[in-house]
Amino acid sequence: MLAKDIIKPENLVYQKTKLMTDNVLSYCPGCGHGTAHRITMEVLEEMGIGEETIGVAPVGCSVLAYEFMNIDMQQAAHGRAPAVATGIKRCYPEKFVFTYQGDGDLAAIGTAETIHACNRGENITIIFVNNGIYGMTGGQMAPTTLPGMRSSTSPYGRDVDMMGNPLKMTELVAQLPGTSFVSRQAVHTPKHVRKAKKAIRQAFELQKQKKGTTFVEIVSNCNSGWKMTPVQANKWMEENMFPFYPLGDIKVPE
Amino acid sequence: MARELKLMKGNEAIAEAAIRAGADAYFGYPITPQSEVIEYLMAEKPHERTGKVVLQAESEVAAINMVYGAAGAGKRVWTSSSSPGISLKQEGISYIAGAELPCVILNVVRGGPGLGTIQPSQADYFQSVKGGGHGDYRLIVLAPSSVQEMADYVVDAFDLAFKYRNPVLILSDGVIGQMMEKVYLIEQRPRLTDEEIKQRYAWATTGKKDGTERRVITSLALKADEMEAHNIHLQKKYAEIEANEVRFEEFQCDDAEYVFVAYGSSARVCQKAVQLARSKGIKAGLLRLITLFPFPKAEIGRLTGQVKGMLAVEMSSGQMIEDVKLAVNGRIKAEHFGRFGGNIPTPDEVVNALETQIIGG
Amino acid sequence: MTEEIIIAGFGGQGVLSMGKILAYSGIMQDQEVSWMPSYGPEMRGGTANVTVIVSDERISSPILNQFDTAIILNQQSMDKFEEAVKPGGVLLYDPNGITRHPSRTDIRIFQIEGAKKAADLGNTKIFNMIVLGAYLQIKPIVKLENVVLGLKKSLPTRYHNLIPMNENAIQEGMKNVTAYQPA
Repeated sequence: MLAKDIIKPENLVYQKTKLMTDNVLSYCPGCGHGTAHRITMEVLEEMGIGEETIGVAPVGCSVLAYEFMNIDMQQAAHGRAPAVATGIKRCYPEKFVFTYQGDGDLAAIGTAETIHACNRGENITIIFVNNGIYGMTGGQMAPTTLPGMRSSTSPYGRDVDMMGNPLKMTELVAQLPGTSFVSRQAVHTPKHVRKAKKAIRQAFELQKQKKGTTFVEIVSNCNSGWKMTPVQANKWMEENMFPFYPLGDIKVPE
Repeated sequence: MARELKLMKGNEAIAEAAIRAGADAYFGYPITPQSEVIEYLMAEKPHERTGKVVLQAESEVAAINMVYGAAGAGKRVWTSSSSPGISLKQEGISYIAGAELPCVILNVVRGGPGLGTIQPSQADYFQSVKGGGHGDYRLIVLAPSSVQEMADYVVDAFDLAFKYRNPVLILSDGVIGQMMEKVYLIEQRPRLTDEEIKQRYAWATTGKKDGTERRVITSLALKADEMEAHNIHLQKKYAEIEANEVRFEEFQCDDAEYVFVAYGSSARVCQKAVQLARSKGIKAGLLRLITLFPFPKAEIGRLTGQVKGMLAVEMSSGQMIEDVKLAVNGRIKAEHFGRFGGNIPTPDEVVNALETQIIGG
Repeated sequence: MTEEIIIAGFGGQGVLSMGKILAYSGIMQDQEVSWMPSYGPEMRGGTANVTVIVSDERISSPILNQFDTAIILNQQSMDKFEEAVKPGGVLLYDPNGITRHPSRTDIRIFQIEGAKKAADLGNTKIFNMIVLGAYLQIKPIVKLENVVLGLKKSLPTRYHNLIPMNENAIQEGMKNVTAYQPA
């Protein structure tokens, strides 16, 4: 049987969401970004809100998110995505607006924008991919790099006396009255993907109800930056990242 | 049509005029000497009057990025600050210029560098007309010299911003921002509806409709050839702006033998200096610049065939003089006179400088 | 006609609002006006001044170093602005709190006991209107009826009931201004 005989609508068992473009992902094999992109777009498609959504891409590995997410997108200056999203949402309160940011973008250079957008309770969804390292620039230390963890700017391991402790932004924004839903998830196994997607869905549902800022962290790997194989990286993530960044909902609406 | 007459500060007049011009949003952060802008807007409740959004951001950096977001979605949006705050906005302004978004930025200039002084200054000329942030870009720069022009130019600024999809900077200063004068206000113009924005601005991210191409607002082009092509496109646009949008005003230039070149509050001082000089028998005139970019090179060139010398009067240690000298191109004497650090030249000082640096110099 | 005025005193004396009412009065009779305050930290320090120009022509510089009239309401301002009055110009001051009286002989000098008069009338808030009245007695550049219109324009409607009191204060100022000869 030839492939063309098999590829027919009636034989279809899985289809990529229309809200992902056909562009080849620029991410390293084994990286969690592709999955995080896909489940976000699937949620928009399932909710039927792709046409009403404007996404904001960060600076970092996912700077080109707009090449892959098949919706209207804006690319923001480093760390400023929550401010850009605020500008859009305030002018279009009925549209859906989200940011997709990495740990350098959200937790270092953009700390102020993140905290203040959450504190104002902007009706936006923030998707925060935390892999504990600066992937795009070549594996430098991130604010979320674990104590003792090596990076190109902490080559002997993160010395917290010298470099400070990792910043738990997700716990931090959960303290703010402006956030309604704050959750930490992962996407390295099917079970985790399902849970993460459920959390993203809840985030957008709450945005629809104008409940304030919704915030979903995805703890992810960076096998390139961590200098590991994808399998090793996932194992290392489970053993080291999850104890420090425990998964689960941190704040849910009453 | 009879326009409403009010006595207002420059900062208040521009805020009111922006509401009437149909602006959709303002994002700002207080800083002296321009805090009256956001104070006025908050007191006026434009969200009730016209639906205009007004938000006090957590910083100038956040404010300009809110502008980016709203502008990228096709809204008429503006921000304001004063020198140190404008420096903070430069990253965002560079992105806005790169992404070709329309917006209006008001700088009520104070003395610098650093925290400087809150007194008026014109020392942000280079920053305003030569780019300001990183990369090869230009802003359209309008320089009001009265409260009326604060109100008028914000209307023009929005039109120019959308005509060229380019940020427009209104370069004011502490004098124009703080003083009160008569101002005639335009009638309220309606804001565009979301549907009108969608129809008019095909580039705006208002939500991708099924079967249409998605819109992307970005200033990123990783490939050198793409980035070069984008830069060539931008330069063409700037050349078009230079060809079409030069604006200036002449005051007693017809028979002038000497001309002051000035903008903003310096131009007001120079107007008095012209009267003073003429009372002393010196045939002086004033070329008041309205656009600083585009710079009126041709007009200065033309005047070099008529006058014996030019004095560039600025509240800086000499910035605009560089552009004046380029336009004069050595044909006549052109010198700078300035007071700075928050000081304002007096008409006497200006006439004295003309006598010593140009006529007797 | 162009009248260039500096009004200078302490913050809280109503210096800025006196200037504003004068400017509004000019508008009411179709004149060009400008009102340029001192602002910022010098305000916090206690002194306040405002340059007001009322003219039949387009106003050039709103910032001046020489004035047709200086209205001076504290010693610091006397020290700063006595010399800034043009020869032949007017210096009007309230002697209350003044330790060094003006000494120029090439200008016209007037006194108004504004603070005392306001206290006598039991309302210190009308101090600036008394001074304004004194000024308008010397230089009637705007008509009283236009000042009243200016007051209406510059005061929020809820304060319009105070206008007759202000008008009365202006008239008190007109009646009580006196010429002063330096010793």
